[in-house]
Amino acid sequence: MRLLSIVSALLLLILAATPLMNLQPDLIRLDHILQTPSPALWLGGDELGRSIAERLLLGARLSLMVALVVVSISGLFGIAVGLLAGYLGGWVDQFIMRIVDVVLAFPGLLLAIALAGLLGPGIDNLMIALVTVGWVGFARLTRAQVLSLREADHVQAGHALGSSGWFIARFHLLPLIAAPLMIEATFGLAGAVLAEAGLSFLGLGIQPPAPSWGSMIRDGARFMLVAPHYVLAPGSALLLVVLAVNLVGDRLRDRLDIRAQVD
Amino acid sequence: MLIIKRTLAALLVIFGVSVAVFVLTHVIPGDPIEVMLGERAQAADRAALAAAYGLDRSLPEQMLHYYQGLLTLDLGESFHYHRPVVELIAERLPATAELAVAAMVVSLLVALILGMVSAWYRNSWIDDGARVLSLLGVSIPNFWLGPMLILAGAVMLGWFPVSGRQGFSSLVLPAITLGTALAAIVARMLRNSLLEIAEADFVRTARAKGLSEWTILWRHSLRNALLPVVTLVGLQIGAILGGSVIVETVFSWPGVGRLTVEAIQSRDYPLVQGCVLLIAVLYVVINLLTDVAYGLIDPRIRLSGSAGAN
Repeated sequence: MRLLSIVSALLLLILAATPLMNLQPDLIRLDHILQTPSPALWLGGDELGRSIAERLLLGARLSLMVALVVVSISGLFGIAVGLLAGYLGGWVDQFIMRIVDVVLAFPGLLLAIALAGLLGPGIDNLMIALVTVGWVGFARLTRAQVLSLREADHVQAGHALGSSGWFIARFHLLPLIAAPLMIEATFGLAGAVLAEAGLSFLGLGIQPPAPSWGSMIRDGARFMLVAPHYVLAPGSALLLVVLAVNLVGDRLRDRLDIRAQVD
Repeated sequence: MLIIKRTLAALLVIFGVSVAVFVLTHVIPGDPIEVMLGERAQAADRAALAAAYGLDRSLPEQMLHYYQGLLTLDLGESFHYHRPVVELIAERLPATAELAVAAMVVSLLVALILGMVSAWYRNSWIDDGARVLSLLGVSIPNFWLGPMLILAGAVMLGWFPVSGRQGFSSLVLPAITLGTALAAIVARMLRNSLLEIAEADFVRTARAKGLSEWTILWRHSLRNALLPVVTLVGLQIGAILGGSVIVETVFSWPGVGRLTVEAIQSRDYPLVQGCVLLIAVLYVVINLLTDVAYGLIDPRIRLSGSAGAN
């Protein structure tokens, strides 16, 4: 486990350094087509003779960027909606939760695939699709946590002192529910990375020539028999990143001592 | 009482799903006529085709038509196949059901063994190994695991066919691919659940009676530990259905998942609508059944009227 943390820290470091490197992910070299890894071309070449290593690095940046944006927007929106539902209760709560139920009635990936497909390929539509699916988790979690805190003494005291709803939410509720939300965000990050790659694998996400691990896996699988390194590289990278993020999530959960809860 | 309440709630959700699918396929921008005829089509041809598919009518009219169709189980005709959507889906449904059931069986078997071994040898290196395995299982993307299994099991060993659906041997690789994540999640849940129950009074009593550890695990702990697992499996069926979309594409499995992807790629709106609607409704119904089953297994829930997961 410790070894994995070190590996993932190293990976992040490399990613942070990509802008400093002189990468040419779109450079086509006919003499590098499907070439096996060598010191000069450390992960070999793809079907157009482009460097797999360089495409992998830039793909990582793009994929992490998408995941971060998706998790931030779905987190902000979901938390706001969850606070409203849990704190106000009544018909607002009923209305919001029915919408949440409907979104949850679709298998998440299916809804994202359908949305991304119908909106048309492209990175913006990809993010819209993932946020549409992603916010409900935050909303449900926030609402459940707020419900359990709403009658707490310090919240009642806040009411008695005449604090505004906004003040109570910001200073009495949010700090106490930050921990489970952070864990949700961590696992959400892993999920978003996987979902982005999955959609790109189906051709619905990041479009060529921009590199994405998902489309690299799809293209690599076509040349699996002649150049197994092509599909191995993006797949292992994806596995490592998701594993690392999941490990961080697990650690956080253990550290903050929060039981895995469905609701 | 619980069953009636749950059924009504499920019906409400299904109605919401139908509205969402209508919005998805009718309100979101994107011109199916242009997709079918190309950008340089004649205006007259466009109008004729739009009229043929009812796309020239106002949104409320389209919605009315949509619900009339739903109530008579008529989901329209596929743009691409020129056949009724219901027929196309009905043809593909058995393949998806077969794959989903096989994936569930594989994953539950693996999870049961992994979870029990992990709990039995808790905090030893065997437990660590099993936990690393299940962490790997959750993290591995199925669209990569699939090609890897094809490479190992079909190309190098030659035991299974590369893709397609021809008998039992072609089911093995897709079922493993689809079931891996579920196996990992359930194994983890089972381990934690077993360890928690190991502290319970009735386990101590059983031990004091002099029962062997194995009997305690098998007869007393496991039965109680399986309760949360049932809920978890019910909730994860959505992941199986969603995952089948990708796994069926990887293995060219002729199921509803692959049909959905093909429909999306060819912008076959009625077919997309039908597939998404069917999968979502299926998911709601299965969840309802899980809820009810849970109540039947555990009388405490039937009486209190709320299942663990809602």
